[in-house]
Amino acid sequence: MEIFLLYLRVFATGGTFCLIGQILINKTKMNTARILVLFLSIGVILEATGLWMYVEGFGASGATIPIVGFGASLARGAINGAKIGILPALTMGLESVAGGLTAVIVFGLFFGLVSRSRTKKM
Amino acid sequence: MSKKRGKQTYVIDTDVFIKNTATIAGPLEGKGNFAEYYDEVLENDSWGCKSYEKTEIKMRKNVIDNLIRKEGITEYDLDCIMGGDLLNQIVPTAFSAREFEVPYLGMYEACSTFGECLAVGAMLVDGGFMTNLLCSTSSHNGTAERQYRLPLELGSQPSPVCQWTVTGTGAVLLTNTGDKQPKIKSVTIGKIVDLGIIDPSNMGAAMAPAATDTIVTHLRDMDRKPEYYDMIVTGDLGKYGRDLLHFLAKEEGYELANVLNDCGSMIYTDKQRATQGGSGAGCSSLVFSSYFYKEMLKGNFRKILLVPTGALLSKISSLQGESIPGVAHAIDIEL
Repeated sequence: MEIFLLYLRVFATGGTFCLIGQILINKTKMNTARILVLFLSIGVILEATGLWMYVEGFGASGATIPIVGFGASLARGAINGAKIGILPALTMGLESVAGGLTAVIVFGLFFGLVSRSRTKKM
Repeated sequence: MSKKRGKQTYVIDTDVFIKNTATIAGPLEGKGNFAEYYDEVLENDSWGCKSYEKTEIKMRKNVIDNLIRKEGITEYDLDCIMGGDLLNQIVPTAFSAREFEVPYLGMYEACSTFGECLAVGAMLVDGGFMTNLLCSTSSHNGTAERQYRLPLELGSQPSPVCQWTVTGTGAVLLTNTGDKQPKIKSVTIGKIVDLGIIDPSNMGAAMAPAATDTIVTHLRDMDRKPEYYDMIVTGDLGKYGRDLLHFLAKEEGYELANVLNDCGSMIYTDKQRATQGGSGAGCSSLVFSSYFYKEMLKGNFRKILLVPTGALLSKISSLQGESIPGVAHAIDIEL
């Protein structure tokens, strides 16, 4: 039962981000690239204002896997770096997301080799 | 006597026949409303080619081959191959034309290219310059999405106002000799109209004012009522765009409700979730060359005003916040 509730929270959190994105696509003239950047910036703002820990505490990977979580880790790394010095403030942002970025490149390359694009299904 | 009527309309007073047509449709179009009218339907969207650009080139080459074979002539009987598509430097048109030893005229006006080809082609044949002129336009969903919006690989969600680029090509043969085939009787060259729509996914709204301007000008120049035609059919306004055209024409004093339709809105079934309907340079040529042409030969339509519509944007222009100029040409086709 415990695990079911956790999955439900994860699904609801991730789903809420997707729902907001779909509303933006339907109701505004924003293209998908802009929505992506907006979501990332929201993650940075949430982390910088200290609100992100509540979102992550509630939604777990439902919060961290979407692009908002990426923005939050970027900000967290940079904030932690800034406590050490100026150079770490610049480098540690990317350091904290290095795992995600490398996974994107590795899996992107792998699936680029084994699959090819198709016209979308209607 | 001048062939010009009114402001923008030219009367074709010699016989210019649409002698024959050929079509190749993509797999989704093959499940659409006009499936039985297409000459050939592709089983998949790549047709054994390494890229969609190569597929589009192959489609164009084959449709020209098919038309030549259907008509029982050779490529040396053609005076000119005229056509266009949606890609940069109209590469599929030029690359398919290099397979034929025939003079080539490349045209570009986005989705209204078919209208431009028929208008210029009809005047060239009427003027006595050419006797066998092949016009074809094409589009492919995989290539056009990359050209105008985003690459397919990104898998982004479509907006509810956007349209579905048609995979398909249609070719027509214009000649000065014929029998019972439909004839082009007059053409109206449209003005560019831009009412400041900046949303590149909402092309129906960008093109509807241009279509209204061309249709109203044509009816005024020829002093006709909309009911003169069995159908006034636009290229790819989509469902919203068609409603907008209906509204705008009403403001000009023309009630089009009984005669107006749109190739893009007709091509897919309601069950296919193509949002607003089809679009693309291949949309109007595919639907005209299959459904309308064959129904005209049967006598079910006698007078059609074909109005292919185009949105003259590029990816760069829309990213820089420019509005979208629309254009439309009217081709009066009668039995």
